[in-house]
Amino acid sequence: MSANTAVAEKYRNNFLKEIEEQVEMGDWVKMCMQCGVCSGSCPTNFQSAWEHPPQELFMMIRAGKREEVLTSSSMWNCTSCYNCIVRCPRKLPITHIMHGIAEYAHRLGMAPKLQPTRFFSGLFWKNATKTGRVNELKLSMGLYFKDGLGAGIKEGMKMKDVALGLMKAKRLNPFEIIKGHACKDQKGIQAMLKKAYEIERSRKAAKVAG
Amino acid sequence: MTEHVATNETILVVGGGISGMTAALEAAETGKNVVLVEKNPALGGRTSQLYRYFPKLCHPVCGLEINQRRLKNNPRVRVLTLAEVSGIEGSTGNYTATIRIKPRYVNENCTACGDCERAVEMQVPDPFNYNLGQHKAAFLPNAMAYPQRYVLDPAIIGSADAEKAKAACKYGAIDLDMKEETIQVKAGAVVWATGWQPYDAKKIQPYGYGRFKNVITSVEFERLADIHGPTGGKILRPSDGKEAKNIAFIQCAGSRDENHLRHCSRICCMASLKQTHYVREKYPEDGKSTIYYIDIRAIDRFEDFYQKVQADPSVSFVKSKVARISEDEHGNPVCWGVNTEGYKRYTTPHDLVVLAVGMEPSVKGVDIPGHIVADSSGFIEADPANGAVFGAGCASNALDVNRAVQSATAAALRAIQVVNKVAKAEA
Repeated sequence: MSANTAVAEKYRNNFLKEIEEQVEMGDWVKMCMQCGVCSGSCPTNFQSAWEHPPQELFMMIRAGKREEVLTSSSMWNCTSCYNCIVRCPRKLPITHIMHGIAEYAHRLGMAPKLQPTRFFSGLFWKNATKTGRVNELKLSMGLYFKDGLGAGIKEGMKMKDVALGLMKAKRLNPFEIIKGHACKDQKGIQAMLKKAYEIERSRKAAKVAG
Repeated sequence: MTEHVATNETILVVGGGISGMTAALEAAETGKNVVLVEKNPALGGRTSQLYRYFPKLCHPVCGLEINQRRLKNNPRVRVLTLAEVSGIEGSTGNYTATIRIKPRYVNENCTACGDCERAVEMQVPDPFNYNLGQHKAAFLPNAMAYPQRYVLDPAIIGSADAEKAKAACKYGAIDLDMKEETIQVKAGAVVWATGWQPYDAKKIQPYGYGRFKNVITSVEFERLADIHGPTGGKILRPSDGKEAKNIAFIQCAGSRDENHLRHCSRICCMASLKQTHYVREKYPEDGKSTIYYIDIRAIDRFEDFYQKVQADPSVSFVKSKVARISEDEHGNPVCWGVNTEGYKRYTTPHDLVVLAVGMEPSVKGVDIPGHIVADSSGFIEADPANGAVFGAGCASNALDVNRAVQSATAAALRAIQVVNKVAKAEA
């Protein structure tokens, strides 16, 4: 049984409880009174428009729309500007709840694979943990080639002047593409990460089992 | 005017609004002696500043007039205006209050003829109209002021205008040498009826009150609609004096908000529903009201009032708390938000935005003499630890006029019981 079907079974017909127990800050969701100030305050909401603004996501959680919520790209659009937290009359930590739901959906493997924020987060984590230092050249190239070779070349060409400027100012080293810089204690950082993974895995497993 | 024979059988009522007047009268009409203390130059409080009350849309003149008549006929109530309680000492059945009385500069000879007002030129802000306009520095606080007696603003004292006012008075009523005085009053029980104040809308930063001229509060809107108000009863917007025909009402401006007032102020929904009537009354052809709300709380018996407003085609309801207000190039306030019904985004310009501001108890943050137990919003609780100090009206809860009167009657009854005990013990 996959992690997803296990929790789905456990919280059958009670998605709100699932969110409360499994998602960081999820126990705040029930405090929402649907006033709409978060959605109205969201800077991303007025431009490209999320599919479901925060207050709608909260209502969907209460309505048990598990599939729609967890596969949604909406919470991945949060830019952490904290406008919603500042204005929420019930003091819900909305930004944190958005990240919590996104992380939970990712953990269950339900998050949209090519959602740019999710894709970039994964890329960044892999990139940074490999050597203990972020390789910016590989990171940005990785993002350009997300949608295939053709799209990547096109995107790269578009940014050509910026890249050349950065090279001139010695802010970008083209040789990073080969190996790249790294932190001194490679073994140490990998051991730390391993331990952190272990702790988190056991904590989350306990939550699901709990 | 300071010779008051008050004893432990006297009831002290602090605040002369609708609650304080009611408590004082109810107690006095059962034969108790009452001292009524009001900090403004006239009684009536916030009620007298309304254009109309819900649900019957009658003018406050009516309800207050009855109380004023009762007061005039009752020698047991002594009214002190321009007076504030600065300290209370003692315990149940035996309190001594220190009261500071500001000079009025006009004595009992005043007949309210208005000659002094005509004689002076100095203008000062008019707090009765929430400082939306100005009045002369010799003024009658409002058209139905009780006591019906003029007042001189302290700013005029020492100027040539003050001498002009004095010279104009045919009755020798103006006394420019009046000084502030402090008196002590004994009382067996105290009714604390200091009422409420509108929440400071400037603190609700995204709404731009104080930055945008055409964003006003609901209490200011009452004054705009009133014929005695700064615009003579025309709904004109403050920025350019243009007729405001497309008006937005924003509910829960401060209330039900952990960042501002925790409590529901109860009256604001009804106040806005009532104010849509003003818009239709002034602009029957093309007046338009939009109410932005979280949920309408037309408390109990007022549901039918709400339904009538809902049926009015000139009023629309948007289920959404407005997130922020901006101003466009024509000076129109623009409301931004997301409608909960359908999650549609809107950016809607209006001629005027009225914030239905919440009720904050006047006693909040004030050091009430005698260590009063209050709830988390600052309203006085009915707690035995308060001794014989009883909250009444909006000092005890967010109430409309009707409920404030009920609350005041209840407080009067509690106070009567205390002084009855004192009387028995002394007999």
